[in-house]
Amino acid sequence: MNARSLFEKVWQDHQVVAETADAPAVLYIDLHLTHEVTTPEAFNVLKSRGLAVRRPDLTLATLDHSTPTVPVRSLKDLERVAESSAAAQIRVMIENCREAGIRLLDFDSDQRGIVHVIGPELGITQPGKTIVCGDSHTSTHGAFGALAFGIGTTEVGHVLATQCLLQRKPKTLAINVSGRLVPGVTAKDIILAIIGRIGVGGGTGHVIEYRGEAIAALSMDARMTVCNMSIEAGARAGMIAPDDVTFQYLQGRPMAPAGAAWDQAVKRWRGLPSDADCHFDREVSLDVSRLAPMITFGTNPGMVIPIDAAVPADSGDSSFRKSLEYMGVEAGKPMLGRPVDVVFIGSCTNSRLSDLRDAANLLRGRKVAPSVRALVVPGSQATKKQAEAEGLDKIFTAAGAEWRESGCSMCLGMNGDTVGRGQLCVSTSNRNFEGRQGIGARTVLASPLTAAATAVAGRISDPRELLAR
Amino acid sequence: MDKITRFSSRTVVLPQSDIDTDQIVPARFLTTTTRKGLGKALFADWRYDKTGQPRADFALNRPEAAGCSILVAGNNFGCGSSREHAPWALLDFGIRAVISTGIADIFRNNSLKNGLVPVIVDAATHGWLLANPGAEVTVDVESRTLGLPGDRRVEFPLDGFSRYCLLNGVDQLGYLLKQADAISRFEKERAWQP
Repeated sequence: MNARSLFEKVWQDHQVVAETADAPAVLYIDLHLTHEVTTPEAFNVLKSRGLAVRRPDLTLATLDHSTPTVPVRSLKDLERVAESSAAAQIRVMIENCREAGIRLLDFDSDQRGIVHVIGPELGITQPGKTIVCGDSHTSTHGAFGALAFGIGTTEVGHVLATQCLLQRKPKTLAINVSGRLVPGVTAKDIILAIIGRIGVGGGTGHVIEYRGEAIAALSMDARMTVCNMSIEAGARAGMIAPDDVTFQYLQGRPMAPAGAAWDQAVKRWRGLPSDADCHFDREVSLDVSRLAPMITFGTNPGMVIPIDAAVPADSGDSSFRKSLEYMGVEAGKPMLGRPVDVVFIGSCTNSRLSDLRDAANLLRGRKVAPSVRALVVPGSQATKKQAEAEGLDKIFTAAGAEWRESGCSMCLGMNGDTVGRGQLCVSTSNRNFEGRQGIGARTVLASPLTAAATAVAGRISDPRELLAR
Repeated sequence: MDKITRFSSRTVVLPQSDIDTDQIVPARFLTTTTRKGLGKALFADWRYDKTGQPRADFALNRPEAAGCSILVAGNNFGCGSSREHAPWALLDFGIRAVISTGIADIFRNNSLKNGLVPVIVDAATHGWLLANPGAEVTVDVESRTLGLPGDRRVEFPLDGFSRYCLLNGVDQLGYLLKQADAISRFEKERAWQP
């Protein structure tokens, strides 16, 4: 058999009908993750056509996007704290899941959380699976060697009704990452550097495989951060070959295989990594041994610089100028030292336990600057509980940060957690688009370490300085 | 879905590159449970000022944009979130095609499923369109060409299946449902169960 890539193996294993010149492939989906925002209209279509959900057992639902991060244990609580349209949307989700027999991690579930945090946490995200969700950051699950990608609501309906999608086979892009990170530099900085290198449209039409010693050295949390932002380079998905780190993470999780099934699964998963001499349509290489913490300066994740560098010179491009004008930054000037109003630590990119530990390490015994509002939002209720067991919540609150219930929160400002007009927010999330965190809000993307160092200083700060103290 | 063969319109131009779906429909409008009525949310933060009044200088608000159904945009249009609310909002506003040098994958998929035609053109054609807002152009799905003034035509990529679906108003869910036997067979015969 020809040498195959990880992507190729997973793709071929899920072709119900192979693609032809005339028609796309029918691709089987092993796990359909759903949330309240992108599903209602899909259920409407099924109902109007009298269709049932084909595999409720392969579908898992959570509440995260428009869900409040203040304590809510019931629908009654929700009506009190949420905007009426958000509450109505959540109510519809609960009803749809009940009718279809889909398991929903509701307000009273200690497993509820951001859809891309709970899948791995529960162990239902597994190597070799096809995973979709009506959310572009579904690429996160590729960290386990799954083929995972975001879909629109029409396609959510397709999967609900048939457990399949019509897909054209994407191209492959290998990103070879070598070198060893220096302290203070993290997975977030790697992926920001990659997006800066290939551009926000650089991965369009491709599935990325992140490879090399620097990727193999990452924890699962860190690998998820990398794969999460594949979509910010325009890629269809991002994948990392499963290895012992992956298996150790999964073993014993509630929905991971157990006993003999575990052994069989691991045996199968060991066959997934790309064959040595397989072909990729494109390859890019990056050495991270001299990488600095990265921050964005503009209004897309590709507009990124090392934290100690200056904003690039004006290229004369009108989009570039418009972006700088929106951000209130000047070409050729540093970002370092700029006063900030808000620091957000959370989102499906950076809200896992290791992210919270990173931030807590810098905040321990320190205070958030009085001029800064700092919001820490764990990725799931389970993560919240673990963090509290380690006392991280006490570190955050003692420092003057807010410690919340899980959810997408200030990443996209749908649930009432927003950044004010003209305010500057250093955020561990994934998108610095205009108005993403609130109307007129300005976002600087960074790692949890950079965000925490910035919260303490009240201005954009290099975490390496604080770590060295 | 309605059948789409060809249509003509003057263009309206948004030259910025990397226009993301958060600009097309800001997230605060996503707490809806229906696809209807999103036209009012289209480019909300660019279209309206702080007081909710239309900005006179925004291309879609100008008198000459009235009735235009073809949008010319900068490279990498529709990047970011998977929200299908983006094509829903464009269609509800009256846009039927988007022309650019690059269109993001998920947005493109979502568009094709709703009858919004993604038209990818070469840099020279794009440059001409950006420099000539209001040009009368024709999107021809049948021949996969964009007709420009002076009887010029350029081809655009559209796979055979998508073209067939647009021309015949085929709903892809119907097509998938017809694969039920193959899907059942796959579920039964696969080497492992998820």
